[in-house]
Amino acid sequence: MAIDKNEPSKLRWGELEEDDDLDFLLPPKEVVGPDENGIKKVIEYKFNDEGNKVKITTTTRVRKLAKARLSKRALERRNWEKFGDAVREDVGSRLTMVSTEEILLERPRAPGTKQEEMKVAGDSLAQLSKGGAVLMVCRTCGKKGDHWTSKCPYKDLAAPVETFVEKPAASEASVAAPGAGKGAYVPPSMRAGAERTTGSDMRRRNDENSVRVTNLSEDTREPDLHELFRPFGAVTRVYVAMDQKTGTSRGFGFVNFVNREDAQRAINKLNGYGYDNLILRVEWATPRTN
Amino acid sequence: MRPILMKGHERPLTFLKYNRDGDLLFSCAKDHTPTVWFADNGERLGTYRGHNGAVWTCDVSRDSTRLLTGSADQTVKLWNVQTGTQLYTFNFGSPARSVEFAIGDKLAVITTDPFMDLTSAIHVKRIAKDQTEQTEESLLVIKGPQGRINRAVWGPLNRTIISAGEDAVIRIWDSETGKLLRESDKESGHKKTITSLTKAADGSHFLSGSLDKSAKLWDTRTLTLIKTYGTERPVNAVAMSPLLDHVVLGGGQDASAVTTTDHRAGKFEAKFYDKILQEEIGGVKGHFGPINALAFNPDGKSFSSGGEDGYVRLHHFDPDYFNIKI
Repeated sequence: MAIDKNEPSKLRWGELEEDDDLDFLLPPKEVVGPDENGIKKVIEYKFNDEGNKVKITTTTRVRKLAKARLSKRALERRNWEKFGDAVREDVGSRLTMVSTEEILLERPRAPGTKQEEMKVAGDSLAQLSKGGAVLMVCRTCGKKGDHWTSKCPYKDLAAPVETFVEKPAASEASVAAPGAGKGAYVPPSMRAGAERTTGSDMRRRNDENSVRVTNLSEDTREPDLHELFRPFGAVTRVYVAMDQKTGTSRGFGFVNFVNREDAQRAINKLNGYGYDNLILRVEWATPRTN
Repeated sequence: MRPILMKGHERPLTFLKYNRDGDLLFSCAKDHTPTVWFADNGERLGTYRGHNGAVWTCDVSRDSTRLLTGSADQTVKLWNVQTGTQLYTFNFGSPARSVEFAIGDKLAVITTDPFMDLTSAIHVKRIAKDQTEQTEESLLVIKGPQGRINRAVWGPLNRTIISAGEDAVIRIWDSETGKLLRESDKESGHKKTITSLTKAADGSHFLSGSLDKSAKLWDTRTLTLIKTYGTERPVNAVAMSPLLDHVVLGGGQDASAVTTTDHRAGKFEAKFYDKILQEEIGGVKGHFGPINALAFNPDGKSFSSGGEDGYVRLHHFDPDYFNIKI
């Protein structure tokens, strides 16, 4: 019984279906050329180890390289033959790859610099004036121009403290005072090493690090956002706006980071990121970023 | 920008050098095999096989036909760039740490490490056009500095040799007599080993990087200190843009604090500074280990960095790099 060793073991002519007797032939390789995004698909057919016909689709993005105007000598060098260890190399070798990540020249951020403060002041003034005929001034915070007093997010405080630096000092002072003043008993929330300085302080600090994500797909829920933003830093809270009637997402949500830098990086990286068939828009939750 | 990652070396990178036309990039690493790549797409062209030790340095002639490499196997080899064949081997008594062709490619300056009884030395060798005439003899040997000489380069018009090394002092020597002409001031100079040195495109000033976490810009003729750039990490490599007034520093100690679960892995960065204002303008992250080599393409539109992780990362700048304002 001569077994044809060239055929994969599974395919015996007696087992072939009538209409598939040309199964051992593979369809030709297809190349769907680079489209306007530079995506090229190569569809090949192979037999895998078990003798099954498999279709392998390779999707590559063809990018135009930086135009290098090569001198005559450089052009000649382009045609040199490979030597040394590169002799047996094919074009598809994995030695040279384009990074999958986009790397930026990250400008150093100094939140207290004059430059940024001036820009921010300019922005807020511009916004106040652009707000139209009515300038909404909240009596509570005074600085915000986008909500009335009753809608102030800082309702529970008389006036928000200006900078972060002052807050710890203020809260430390308040911790020390009761300790000294009341003598024996210090309530847990005011003891040294209490986790929350004041409830609203924590919340406000987090609200300053709040990121708004829009253009979410219908199926996106809180765990998805948490998973997506977690790589950038510790996330205290995620919220996805839901339509109560249909139970789907209304397309936007908020993510609160512990650190502002993490929030900034998340904005840089994820704005414009394709997530579940939609392009996300990621920005600061409040219009001004001071 | 999307850097091109080239993983041709199994061991840490030690040096990177572009040729004069900017189309070839030569990389040296501790893995004995210098490699040449095309500088536009990172495709490997070939490797130079023959060294028996870590290759510390290399330089290519202006017409890109000759490559000089210095290695820890106590030899400096001259190669044919196109074919990868060895043309000549200079033998020394100790590892060679730095090589540079002179202007005109007829001479080369080579530094050797201190080893056993030998002190470190700077050698000047003649490079013959025709390989059959090549001789071993040195035109000039300069001894004197204590400790390793990490880098020695030619001054303007090949009249001087500038050396820097472990004793943190930069010295300028006369290239014909070997006499010491100038030394950098101890007060304002570096405090620790100088690891790297790079010249400006016109040769009027040069930049030195040191383990004391700073880099300094000096005038070539008078050796006066012009600028100082400070970082938080020891500087292993320096580069200057030939197009804009930017200076790039790379370095970093292998921090034991970096764990494999750190989601910010790949955070060793090459820091860009404004050359004149001494201010940091940005950083390019991505390496998984300290950066040991930096080189700018002579056209100023791309640069490459080599790290302890064995990767060479080739970056072509985005258009807005050229518009950066402080």
